[in-house]
Amino acid sequence: MATHALPLSAEKTALGTIYEWIGTADHKKIGLMYIVYSLLFLVIMGIEAILMRIQLAHANSTFLSPQVFNRLFTMHGTTGVFFVAMPILFGFGNYLVPLMIGARDMAFPRLNAFSFWMTAFGGFLLYASFFAGVGLSQAGIAPDVGWFAYAPLTSPVFSPGHNTDYWTLSLLLAGVGSIAGAANMIATVLCLRCPGMTLSRMPLLAWMNLVMGGLILVTISPLTAAQLMLMVDRYIGGHFFDVAAGGSVVMWIHFFWIFGHPEVYVLIIPCFGFVSEIVPVFSRKAMFGYPAMVAASVGIGFVSLGVWAHHMFTVGMPSYGNAFFVLTTMVVAVPTGIKIFNWLATMWGGKIRFATPMMFCIGFLFQFLIAGLSGIMLATAPFDWQLANSYFVVAHFHYVIVGGILFSIFAAFYYWFPKMAGRTLDETLGQWHFWMFLIGFHLTFDFMHIPGVLGMPRRIYTYEAGRGWETWNLISSIGVVFQVAGILIFVFNMIRSYAKGVPAGNDPWDAWTLEWATTSPPPDYNLARIPEVLSRRPLWDIKHPEDPDWRYE
Amino acid sequence: MSTHPAVIESNAASWTLPSRGKVGMVSLIIAESAIFTIFIAAYIFYIGKSISGPSPHEILRIPIMTTICLLSSSLTMHWAVTALEKGQTSVFISFWLLTFALGAIFIGGTAREWHHLIVDQGFTIQTNLFGTTYYSLVGLHASHVTAGLIALFIVGAFGLAGKLKREHSERCEVIAMYWHFVDAVWVVVFTVVYIIGR
Repeated sequence: MATHALPLSAEKTALGTIYEWIGTADHKKIGLMYIVYSLLFLVIMGIEAILMRIQLAHANSTFLSPQVFNRLFTMHGTTGVFFVAMPILFGFGNYLVPLMIGARDMAFPRLNAFSFWMTAFGGFLLYASFFAGVGLSQAGIAPDVGWFAYAPLTSPVFSPGHNTDYWTLSLLLAGVGSIAGAANMIATVLCLRCPGMTLSRMPLLAWMNLVMGGLILVTISPLTAAQLMLMVDRYIGGHFFDVAAGGSVVMWIHFFWIFGHPEVYVLIIPCFGFVSEIVPVFSRKAMFGYPAMVAASVGIGFVSLGVWAHHMFTVGMPSYGNAFFVLTTMVVAVPTGIKIFNWLATMWGGKIRFATPMMFCIGFLFQFLIAGLSGIMLATAPFDWQLANSYFVVAHFHYVIVGGILFSIFAAFYYWFPKMAGRTLDETLGQWHFWMFLIGFHLTFDFMHIPGVLGMPRRIYTYEAGRGWETWNLISSIGVVFQVAGILIFVFNMIRSYAKGVPAGNDPWDAWTLEWATTSPPPDYNLARIPEVLSRRPLWDIKHPEDPDWRYE
Repeated sequence: MSTHPAVIESNAASWTLPSRGKVGMVSLIIAESAIFTIFIAAYIFYIGKSISGPSPHEILRIPIMTTICLLSSSLTMHWAVTALEKGQTSVFISFWLLTFALGAIFIGGTAREWHHLIVDQGFTIQTNLFGTTYYSLVGLHASHVTAGLIALFIVGAFGLAGKLKREHSERCEVIAMYWHFVDAVWVVVFTVVYIIGR
C-alpha cells in the first residue's frame, strides 16, 4: 500500500495545527480567530480603562502623568472601535451567516482570510507603538491625539514624532480589511442563499450583516480618504489641513465624522441582529413585524449617513447647518424606536425563559433605550452646547457601547458558544456574570452623567477638588471592580465549559434557524445536504411538519 | 381539515442568484466611489483658496488627447468582452490589447504633463493648496488606472498564451466593470479639475 504525505495542515502535530489555523480560509475558523483576537484586545482595552479610572477616582491624582493619560484614552478608544468591536462582529457574522443561509462558506474565502489578517496586523502595528519608542529619546510613543485625531494636532508641527503615523497606518490596514470583509458579506448574502431562501425569508442576523456591509462600504472609505490626506500632509508636505496655506481643520472634522457617525451604526446593527435572533427563541414566539424590522434597519442605515455634524455643534457651523443635523438626528430615533417596540411585542404574550442569553438581551433593551434618550438630549444643539466634550457625552456613548453593544455580544456568546464549542456555558456562572456586570456597568456609567452635567470636561487627566465631581468619579471607578469580576467569571466560564461543559447537541435552545440543524461544532462542510427553505423558520418546519410556518407566512 | 397542498411547489430548479464576482466588484466600486467623493469634495471646497502660488487657470493645460484615449478604451473594452462572450478569441485579444495600449497612453500622457509641471514649472504637491489637491486627486485616479492596467496585463498575457475561452468571459466582464468605473471617475475628475476649477 502506497503511503502519501499528508499536507502539513492535516497533520495533528503542533506545527500542523498552527499551519491549519494560519492558512485557513474556512469561515468558521476565521470567525473564531476574529472572536479570540477581539477578546484579547478587549482585555487590553479594559486594562487601559482601569488605569484611567484609578487616575480619575480622586481629585489632583498623580497616579498617571498627563502624557500617559492622553495615550491611554487614545488607545482605549481606537482599540475599542477598530480592534474589539469591528472584529468581534465580523467574527460572529463570518461564523454564522453562511450557516444560517445554508451555504458552505463565504463568497470569497481567501479574501476572508486576507481581511482577518489585515485587521490583525493593524492591531499589532498600533500596539507596536508602545514599544517602538525604546532607543529613541521618548520611550513609548503610542498615539496621544484622541481617537478622532483632530487636525491640526496631528500636523507635523504639533505631533512631530511618529505616534500619529501608527494611528493612521494601523487604521488604514484595518480599514482595507473591513472594506474587503464587507464586500465579502454582501456577496455572500446576495449570492449564496440556499434554494427557497428569498431575502424576505432570511434570518434577521443575515439581513443586519447585509446592511452593515453596505454601510461599511460608504463609511470606512471616507476615513481612508481622510487618512490618505493626512499622510500627504505629514509625509510629503501637503496642505490639506494646513491653515497657514489656506487649508481647513474643520474639513478633517467633517470627514472624520462622516466616517465616525455611521461607524457607530455599523457597530450596533449586527447587535440588533443578535437580539432579533435570541429574543424570539426565548419568548417562544416568532419575531414580531419582520418586514418592519428590515425596513427600519435599512432606514437607520440610510439616515445615519446624514447626521454626522451632531458631533460638531460646538465647531461653529451656521444656525441652519446645526438645525439640519438636529432634525436628522432626531429622525433616526424613529426607526430605532420601531425596532424596540417590535422586540417588546415579540416578548408580549410569549413564554419567556430567563436564561442568560435572554437576560443580556433584556439588559440591552433597557440600556439601549436609555442611551438613545441621552442621545436625543445631546441632539438638541443648544443643550449640546452645554454638554459637548463633557462626561455626559462619555457616559452616553459608553451606555450605547457597553450597555448596548457589549451586552448583546455577551448574549450572543451564551447563545452560540454551544454551537461553536459543542458544550453549553454554565448557567449559574452566566447569571453571576450578568448580575456582577450589570451592577458594575450601572455604577460606572449611570453616575457618570452627573459630573458631565456639572461641567467636567472629557480627556482631562485630573481635576481639582471642590468642583463637586469627586464623589461621582469615585463611584464610577468603584463600578469597575464589579465589571472586572463579571468579565473574569465570563472568561473562567468559557475556559471551563470548553474543557468540561455539558455537551450541547445540535439544538440546545430549540431554535429555528439553520445553524441549529447541524452538529455542534459544525463539520467543515456545514450541512450535509443544502436544504430547500419554505419559511422564515426552516428548522421549525423540519421539527413540526404538521404545523409548518409556510402555511401562515 | 386542511385543504393546503401537502408539498409546496419546489423552487429549487429555478433558483438563480446574482454572480458573486459582479456583486463583489459592485461593492468595491461603491467603496472606491466614496473615497473619490471625499477627495473631490475637498478639491471643490478648496478651489480658489490657495494663498499663493499658481492658480489652475495659469498652469493647467486641458489633456484632451489622453482623455479621448481613456474614454475610447472603455469602448474597446466593451467590444473585447462582447467578442469573448461569442467565443471570438482573436477579436477579443486584439481589442483587449488595444484597451491596454490606450490606458497606457493615458498614464504616459499624465506622466508627461506632470513632468512638465514639476520639473519645468516647479509646481509640486507642496507648492500650495491647489498643488496638494490637484496631485492628490489626479494621482489617486492615476493609481487606480495603473492597478487596472496591471490587471489588464495579466489577463492579456493569459490571452496571448491562448488560455482564455468563452467560459472566462464573465470574469473579464468583472474587470471591464472596474475599467468602466475608472473611466467614469475620470469624467468627473476632468470636469471638476479642468473645467469647473479653471
